[in-house]
Amino acid sequence: MNQSKAIIAIKDCSKHFGPVRAVDDISFDIDRGEFFSLLGPSGCGKTTLLRMLAGFEQPSMGNIFIDGQPMAGVPPHHRPTNMVFQNYAIFPHLNVRKNIAYGMRTSGLGRGEINAKVDEMLELIKLPGFGGRAAHQLSGGQRQRVALARALIKKPKVLLLDEPLGALDKKLREEMQLELRLLQRSVGITFVFVTHDQEEALTMSDRIAVMSMGKVLQIETPTRLYEMPNCREVAGFIGSMNFFDGRVSSAAGEAATIDAGPIGQVRGVANGRLKVNKGDAITVAIRPEKINLSNEQPNVGHNVVEGKLGPSTYLGDRSYFYVNVVGLAKPIAVASQNADRATGQHRADQKVWLTWREESVVLLDR
Amino acid sequence: MANKAIAASAARAAPRPASGVSAFFLKHEWARGYTLLSPTLGVMIIAMCVPVFMLTAHSFWTQNYLTIDKTFTFANYVQFWEKEIYFKLLVKSIKISAIVTFTTVVLAYPMAYFMAFKVKKNKLVWLILITVPFWTSFLLRVFAWKIILGFNGVINSGLISLGLIQEPLEFLLYNPTAVIITLAHAWAAFVILPIYVSLEKIDRSLLEAATDLGDGPVSRFLRVTLPLSMPGVIAACLFVFIPTVGDYVTPKLVGGTEGIMIGNIIQSQFGKANNWPLGSALSIYMVFGITLCVLGFLLVARLITKGGSLKAS
Amino acid sequence: MSIVASKAAKSAAHVHVPSSIMEGRPYGGLFFYAVFYLSFIYIPVLFLPLFSFNDSIYIAFPLKGFTTKWYGEMAASNGLIEALKNSLKVGTAVCIISTIFGVLAAKAMTRYRFPAKGPITGLIMLPFVVPGIILGIALLILTYSMGMELSLFTIAVSHVLLAVPFSMLVLISRMEGFDKNLEEASLDLGEGPWRTFWQVTFPLTLPGIVASLLLCFSVSFDEFILAFFLSGNEATLPIYIWSQLRFPSKLPSVLALGACIFVFSCVLVTFSEWLRRRGVQVKTASSV
Ligand SMILES: Nc1ncnc2c1ncn2[C@@H]1O[C@H](COP(=O)(O)OP(=O)(O)OP(=O)(O)O)[C@@H](O)[C@H]1O
Ligand SMILES: [Mg+2]
Repeated sequence: MNQSKAIIAIKDCSKHFGPVRAVDDISFDIDRGEFFSLLGPSGCGKTTLLRMLAGFEQPSMGNIFIDGQPMAGVPPHHRPTNMVFQNYAIFPHLNVRKNIAYGMRTSGLGRGEINAKVDEMLELIKLPGFGGRAAHQLSGGQRQRVALARALIKKPKVLLLDEPLGALDKKLREEMQLELRLLQRSVGITFVFVTHDQEEALTMSDRIAVMSMGKVLQIETPTRLYEMPNCREVAGFIGSMNFFDGRVSSAAGEAATIDAGPIGQVRGVANGRLKVNKGDAITVAIRPEKINLSNEQPNVGHNVVEGKLGPSTYLGDRSYFYVNVVGLAKPIAVASQNADRATGQHRADQKVWLTWREESVVLLDR
Repeated sequence: MANKAIAASAARAAPRPASGVSAFFLKHEWARGYTLLSPTLGVMIIAMCVPVFMLTAHSFWTQNYLTIDKTFTFANYVQFWEKEIYFKLLVKSIKISAIVTFTTVVLAYPMAYFMAFKVKKNKLVWLILITVPFWTSFLLRVFAWKIILGFNGVINSGLISLGLIQEPLEFLLYNPTAVIITLAHAWAAFVILPIYVSLEKIDRSLLEAATDLGDGPVSRFLRVTLPLSMPGVIAACLFVFIPTVGDYVTPKLVGGTEGIMIGNIIQSQFGKANNWPLGSALSIYMVFGITLCVLGFLLVARLITKGGSLKAS
Repeated sequence: MSIVASKAAKSAAHVHVPSSIMEGRPYGGLFFYAVFYLSFIYIPVLFLPLFSFNDSIYIAFPLKGFTTKWYGEMAASNGLIEALKNSLKVGTAVCIISTIFGVLAAKAMTRYRFPAKGPITGLIMLPFVVPGIILGIALLILTYSMGMELSLFTIAVSHVLLAVPFSMLVLISRMEGFDKNLEEASLDLGEGPWRTFWQVTFPLTLPGIVASLLLCFSVSFDEFILAFFLSGNEATLPIYIWSQLRFPSKLPSVLALGACIFVFSCVLVTFSEWLRRRGVQVKTASSV
């Protein structure tokens, strides 16, 4: 067996539905044992990509390799992948036990062994004794677990999950996020997880591929994705972000000073992807929580801007302030942790100063 | 979480790529679709398209006593215009069908409306009640009217035994009216369903919106419900009109000589008169007549709906 | 109606007064119309059983007395038994064959994307609207051109033509009624297309399949217009009835036969309608 690092290799893959390019020339690898998420807005082609991995759709162009094997012409039932469907697709005419055992007929195991395995799975998904239940007697969360068990019992090389938590309520969803993550660690199977919920992707994944309109924008670990997005779209999709247009006034290696008009001189460090040269038009991006809000004028010449406090939103653990700056069309968003009891010491129209650190600045292509 | 159930490195047989033909089917969804469809489509083509094509071919041939002369000719088509009876019968058949269509649709609309809007519980029961007669024997439904309208039939004997009349009424059976009544009855179930479906599909909040905007029940019906149910009404009209033009059973049983229709003439060409080519040509004329009427009807329907929506806007 | 009135009606709806702007009175004029309409549909047909129990050779009022002798006469007729056997043969063959075609077509229509789906559906639905006489004579011509004899086979072919559209519609709405992910899940779990069909598609479509079998059978069992052109020496029941209509003395037993057929069809159809409309009322209704 090929023991390279990548379990899935996607090479120049496209899928067209008539004029629609659901997946548009994508190439990347997914590593063995990884919890890999596909994140993107609705209609960006996540499901289509997943269905190509499962074999329900054939790429219009390009190739998919799973564990070194080319998948072209391999039907779904011969692929070493299993899927948890968005609506779970629990067979309504079979009970829980038969649902879970469904894929075992081809395993060549005897009836007794299969039964034992099903019992183990029921134990694993914390539904022991539910084997005799009919599909319609299960709650959403239980169906989700059965779907999971049904796929895992097959010991797939890759488990594909299409928004498996989408139909659950918030609390159950958070529980399941944790459970899924633990489960993945313990079984060591590669998970490819589709979601349009950025928080979910951030909390669960080893790596995330951000998709938009059939393309992959960035593939990164959650931390790096959040801290160092590589384009405006990713930066805007993951968390919230303040964007300013500017022009590089001086550049020395990675570090650069940008003349960003209304907010003055901004010093930042380009993260290696972007080559900054003097005179380049670029975008400066700063996360709201990296901005410090103060009532007194700080004594620095750069990374500071004066503004007037606009509306604010109180979110319990933190507050959002919107600061109007002369010359900026949109107010700057500032998030501050309510470490002390919020006192409402900030009044609207109050004069404030915003500061931020050099390392917090993200420089992006315009 | 310990689990022996799922060992990390899953051992499975290496996937085997499908070979030529199956790879082709796997790759092309349309190929799978067409393959599944091909038996059905094949039967439809062999048992419908081919025969209709041969029917057309026949219409250009001539009957030579017991054999068929296969030289191409328009003789049958010309003959249609030489004896005016054919044209008259075609027009009469179309007229009868049009009346039947109009009657059934007007009668069925309130019924469909009732089922769609008023029936809350037991909708299924009403639906089944309406549908069942439609599946039962057409011949028997027509035959029932023969015994109802006959000279010694249900109505006449009933009225006589009640002492209301002395002599049986002769005008009941064997005329176009009898044909119309019978057909209107026989096709009743057929028109309700399309209308019912189109009414059922109407978003109830549209009606609430109309009321909220100040429409009374009548103007709400005329401005919202009726226009939105037009597709169903049009479908219902076609469902009844097209097949009834060619009916030969009803005229034969209850129409008498007065109520005869084009279908009877065509049928006799394939029976006693034994002139298949002429019969084929007549049926082509009939299809042509039906098509013209349907196109005209659809055109008018479109104009009316457009005009209606302009007025409403 | 003024806005105020409608508001009043809405608030009335809040307190669950059974009348609101949409419903009107549940048993208003329309209800009586509906009852009248149903009577119009059913009463004429009910004369068949009524007079089949009347102790008189004439079908006329006043009724003479109750008898079942016409049923006895009917049952004693050889021609009828033969016709019944023929109808059963044709009906069974037709319902099985049409349903197989229907399943294939419905599966293709609901599960695959391919070009020209609309026109193809239209073509398969055509027998639905084409006047029966056209199909009848066209098939008659084909039969003769191929040098074949008219027989039960030719009748069956024509009935398959009529029944396939019904079967396909019933099965399409059934197959649309369950998620195609279920079939994909089965493939995903390692079962091939063939086993997936038998393990998932078939059991989930079963009510539709049974409904289709029953409907196709009754389409064939009651069909006269095409059979009239395409029957050879062996008659089906409707053809037999037609041949008996010429003899007034046979009328009462024809009525008895008609009553039996009517009851039989009603039972068959009610059952199949109940089967296929359960749960998916509107959706299924759109298919007829
Ligand atoms: N079978 C299909 N036929 C035609 N177009 C399709 C088909 N499946 C998907 N598409 C199109 O491809 C694009 C991507 O669809 P896809 O389902 O992959 O999006 P998604 O990222 O999964 O979105 P969501 O989050 O809403 O599930 C969409 O524009 C969709 O309309
Ligand atoms: Mg999706």
